[in-house]
Amino acid sequence: MQLHKYDVVIVGAGGAGMRAAIESGQRARTAVLTKIYPTRSHTGAAQGGMCAALANVEEDNWEWHTFDTIKGGDYLVDQDAAEVMAKEAIDAVLDLEKMGLPFNRTPEGRIDQRRFGGHTRDHGKSPVRRACYAADRTGHMILQTLYQNCVKHNVEFFNEYYVLDLVMTEVDGKPRPSGVVTYDLATGEVHVFQAKSIVFASGGCGKIFKTTSNAHTLTGDGMAIAFRNGLPLEDMEFVQFHPTGLAGLGILVSEAARGEGGILRNSEGERFMERYAPTIKDLAPRDIVARSMANEVREGRGCGPNKDYVLLDLTHLEPEHIDAKLPDITEFARTYLGVEPYTEPVPVFPTAHYAMGGIPTNIDAEVYRNSEETVPGLYAAGEVACVSVHGSNRLGTNSLLDINVFGKRAGIKAAEYAATADFLPVPEDAAQPTQDLLDLMRNGKGDQKVAVLRKELQDVMDADMQVFRTADTIHNALDKIADLQERYKHIQIQDQGKRFNLDLLEAVELGFLLELAKVMSVAALHREESRGGHFREDFPNRDDDKFMKHSMAYLDEGAETDSVAGIRLETKPVIFTRYEPMERKY
Amino acid sequence: MTTQEKEAAEPASKVDLPGESGGGGEIPTYNLTLKVRRYNPEVSEEAHWEDYELEMFGTDRVLDALHKVKWEIDGSLSFRRSCAHGVCGSDAMRINGRNRLACKTLLKDLDLSKPVTVEAIKGLPCEKDLIVDMEPFFQSYREIMPFLMNEGHEPERERYQSQEDRDRFDDTTKCILCAACTSSCPVFWTDGQYFGPAAIVNAHRFIFDSRDDAGDLRLEILNDKEGVWRCRTTFNCTEACPRGIQVTKAIAEVKQAVLARAF
Repeated sequence: MQLHKYDVVIVGAGGAGMRAAIESGQRARTAVLTKIYPTRSHTGAAQGGMCAALANVEEDNWEWHTFDTIKGGDYLVDQDAAEVMAKEAIDAVLDLEKMGLPFNRTPEGRIDQRRFGGHTRDHGKSPVRRACYAADRTGHMILQTLYQNCVKHNVEFFNEYYVLDLVMTEVDGKPRPSGVVTYDLATGEVHVFQAKSIVFASGGCGKIFKTTSNAHTLTGDGMAIAFRNGLPLEDMEFVQFHPTGLAGLGILVSEAARGEGGILRNSEGERFMERYAPTIKDLAPRDIVARSMANEVREGRGCGPNKDYVLLDLTHLEPEHIDAKLPDITEFARTYLGVEPYTEPVPVFPTAHYAMGGIPTNIDAEVYRNSEETVPGLYAAGEVACVSVHGSNRLGTNSLLDINVFGKRAGIKAAEYAATADFLPVPEDAAQPTQDLLDLMRNGKGDQKVAVLRKELQDVMDADMQVFRTADTIHNALDKIADLQERYKHIQIQDQGKRFNLDLLEAVELGFLLELAKVMSVAALHREESRGGHFREDFPNRDDDKFMKHSMAYLDEGAETDSVAGIRLETKPVIFTRYEPMERKY
Repeated sequence: MTTQEKEAAEPASKVDLPGESGGGGEIPTYNLTLKVRRYNPEVSEEAHWEDYELEMFGTDRVLDALHKVKWEIDGSLSFRRSCAHGVCGSDAMRINGRNRLACKTLLKDLDLSKPVTVEAIKGLPCEKDLIVDMEPFFQSYREIMPFLMNEGHEPERERYQSQEDRDRFDDTTKCILCAACTSSCPVFWTDGQYFGPAAIVNAHRFIFDSRDDAGDLRLEILNDKEGVWRCRTTFNCTEACPRGIQVTKAIAEVKQAVLARAF
């Protein structure tokens, strides 16, 4: 076992991790540990834009952006955090421009802006142009620009190092982070990184579902590691299903397609969003559009041989306009579905896209260990975290914003903390649980296969935990997960080598997915209301009296929640500043 | 690039859809032989070809075929992949002798009457099966200083840039650093010191960015004996680029810029 020592260790090299590294790297000795090369991170798949009230093309201000974010999240948003994000959005965009990001420009040469779902002028009056963008590859440009600036600042990366555990050391009876345990993919060696500050920026867990816009590598590692170490996970029942995934594939077609004028139609050619969101129609927030689409299909107005998708119609737009603003996503339609978007509508259906929940943090990215206290030296930012700026439903573009605003804050805070703190001792046997886990996976002689279990998990989560949920479907998912967790103990992998043993890592990742699927389902079962991305057909209304609060799930072997063993569910109050909850209509 | 077009008319509430909108119908299946060049120095210093007989769907990609092998036949088959739709750049490999992304290559577009061959990209050290050491590739990238350098004082708001100036380098901003171009270049195969197309593409992205002041510095670096002049204009790189970047054209523009500055 090798031991490394850094002031700050950042886990993950997507947008949040690299934005943190740029700040931290200039202030403290920083290492970034990432399971894939930084430029492979899924930030690069984000397409449409990053909202900030620059008011470059029409009147706008950050207070409207704050309101939209809170309303979009169905009032489960912590309002102090939304305010910070909307206010700092402007500098976040300007920072990126100064770092070199090639934004599209207005005729005057300023950063151009376009419409996006749920972003409105003056508290919902009409759509507003707020999303700054670089064609339909804004995430790609953000990822590249941040990586370029990491190169500029000589940030130290450890590529293809899988972080598999967090080392916590007791100080005055309270848990504090002292390091992380990692697995070097190239050699199969386990390394321990001792650090004063640790930042989790390891992304989401979309691979719990079959139909997803997420990368294969998004297996919720950071969330699961925190959970296994006794930290809570907040609001895990809230998953965003993006309305426009390519049918059958889940590949994302940006909301920018609708921002630029695309509309959704059912098998009768109807622009059905007129019925569900009369004011902003196709630009309603994602949870509403996704449910509307699923409802059209359920009521028999789906398209195709199995009537199981709807159509995204761009045919009324000029081909030059499509080429200038939406080149990549129209190419996806051509490549993967053989559909020509100039002349044919594109088959689409909701796809699991984003986890609103995650490791709870405050506005300084400090991780909560319960509903009141934070853990000094431990930070989280980006999709792995729950600040909560997205509440129960994230608005489009706000994730690219989140990673920049809270990634930066995490990097600064982590470095500042490291400047005042001492290293905590890492126990001699810190890597033992990881070694044991790996040995167990490697030496398993059972008859179960990782790929089979994973597929069964993804199938049941698509069937029972997608846009419509009931107590029955959730129980069904939980029964299946329990069965899979039992069978997981009897897996066998084939690759017994040390080098690039991805067979072994997929087995470890499956363990993370199963654990998180259970947390997600228990939290969904307990929340007997419908809010944002969580829709319970047996409880179709929002219930502020009982559920205007965050859920906090803990690993607790002795506990039982709604007759499910092993998880303790607590709550954390929602922070209100100036916005009273109202009915959410568009 | 057009911006701020006049408001388009509101689209119709209801239209007649053309019959069978959005494709559809039964998805055909195919039988094929996937021939993969396997290499694992823990087992043998020699690489060898291994055949896998697979039944796949018409919408499947080469990546799906590789996953089928890994998940159902041989878990030790090793390859990188992440996004699976052509934006992360993890899975560049040689498919039927041409550099492609496995996740962007549809099986139905290949000749399935013959085995489909898959091997690691060339010119970078093979680590295991389809995985190569990317470090030399990223080293060249870092050497061209791939970040904006601007000597003027920072404005409070954004720097202005005209749409024409922004369009000037649009093509080379698309690069995903997959190495398909560099590892398709015959010059790079014989001389690993050559910067290679990807590094030059990324230099181009900054040299032609009106906001950047370090163009001369980068041109000086690329005027080196391992720089742009090694390019023999074979166009392999342009053909290999999964993002459709006009790579050879970008290299030619950098060559012209070097000459124009006349070092």
